[in-house]
Amino acid sequence: MAAGFKTAEPLEYHRSFLKENCRPDGRELSEFRTTTLNIGSISTADGSALVKMGNTTIICGIKAELTNPTVEAPGKGYIVPNVDLPPLCSSRFRPGPPGEQAQAASQFIADVIERCDRLLYILLSFHQMYLCWVLYCDIMCLDYDGNILDACIIALLAALKNTQLPEITINKETCTPEVNPAKRCGLHIHKHPVGASFCVFDGSILIVDPTAEEESLSTSQLTVVTDEAGRLCSLHKPGGTSLSGEKLQECISRATARQREIQKLIDKVIQSVKTAQ
Amino acid sequence: MEVCGSSNVSLREFGCEQSLLSRPDGSSSFVQGDTSVMAGVYGPAEVKVSKEIYDRAILEVLIQPKVGLPSVRERSQEQCVRETCEASLLLSLHPRSSLTLILQVLHDDGSLLSCCLNAACMALMDAGLPMSCLFCGVTCAITAEGEIITDPTAAQEKPLTGMRDESRALMTFAIDSAERRVMMSSTKGSFSVHELQQCIAVSQKASEKIFQFYRDSVKRRYSKTH
Repeated sequence: MAAGFKTAEPLEYHRSFLKENCRPDGRELSEFRTTTLNIGSISTADGSALVKMGNTTIICGIKAELTNPTVEAPGKGYIVPNVDLPPLCSSRFRPGPPGEQAQAASQFIADVIERCDRLLYILLSFHQMYLCWVLYCDIMCLDYDGNILDACIIALLAALKNTQLPEITINKETCTPEVNPAKRCGLHIHKHPVGASFCVFDGSILIVDPTAEEESLSTSQLTVVTDEAGRLCSLHKPGGTSLSGEKLQECISRATARQREIQKLIDKVIQSVKTAQ
Repeated sequence: MEVCGSSNVSLREFGCEQSLLSRPDGSSSFVQGDTSVMAGVYGPAEVKVSKEIYDRAILEVLIQPKVGLPSVRERSQEQCVRETCEASLLLSLHPRSSLTLILQVLHDDGSLLSCCLNAACMALMDAGLPMSCLFCGVTCAITAEGEIITDPTAAQEKPLTGMRDESRALMTFAIDSAERRVMMSSTKGSFSVHELQQCIAVSQKASEKIFQFYRDSVKRRYSKTH
């Protein structure tokens, strides 16, 4: 009987749970789903990570290449994130060019890391040949159950911490760079941005870490990205019903708590990989 | 474009023209300093069966940059503009219809997203579409010293590289006219919670000026005898 009610009147079904301050999957309004992290699973990539938040599964693979630095920032390398939502993860995505949601997610991730001066950029120069590293980060969703932005940020952060770049020497005779894949060194990550997503029901009830159904029924969505110093890296609210200052403050405090949890998780996993090697 | 003191909020000179295009149902051109955006609205019109929603209209937003084809950056701006418009339009009054909003960037000298939002709102008003509230866009930049600049120019928006006049963080808010609350927020760069609250307060103050301008320009337009 409950299944019939859920299909016929999904909004009323969710409202009946929210009245009791809980949600259909048994979580509290401010509870995140269990997050598991697995790193280094893709051996052909320079760094990789797989994140599962409930059913939402995101995998991130990083490939490093040598290229000329951009004109705007000639002293540094750069990161190119790309979020892909293939038809595999959900029936709402059709095959073909990336849809708006995937492109908006890619732009969001690019904005979050753009001004985070947190990677050690290795610049090599020999004669007039300026080289820098470019990291192509491919973030793919394998199972879409809401809240992909948070999972993408965690996957990207864990994959960057897992990335090992090979040593480069310039061959003086041929003036070309030579890659030594045996010697590798990791990246220095100074900032750890972690996101927390919320959605608003009926303009006033705030819930944390929405599933795909909750996202489709919500009136507004919000993602807050904080780093370990308590500073905000991004406040992403792409429209929807307006939010009061107090609710915004609640979101920010929940996001800072979440940042600490996830940072501990990532450090634990990286540590366990190091001790296993 | 002046630096904001404790209570003084300065926006660049802005201007608007409505009903300037003959084909769209509603059109407007919004100018903020040197940034200029033209908007056209078509609707409510027929919608493809695959896209129709049984109980409300569907809104499509297209942002065309000045040069080149729309890229990933335009897609994310379109998402912001579309969700803001959907929240303020009464879409359930036009079920199984489509509304199309096209924004053409004529010149970008900073605060582009807020200029797009303002042009969109004026075009929706010009088309006579029913809305529950109006909205306006305000952009704030935080400099390296922590000062807040409203409505920054392109030079003031540039990320920090050690030159003067650059911003550590850039944020755009859409404020609604009913309760002056934040409908949309898009930020770049890092900032503290206190700075965020200051920027929101400053944007709410600046939105007063813009809403007053909307009111004045519509009053002036409808008081002329046609």
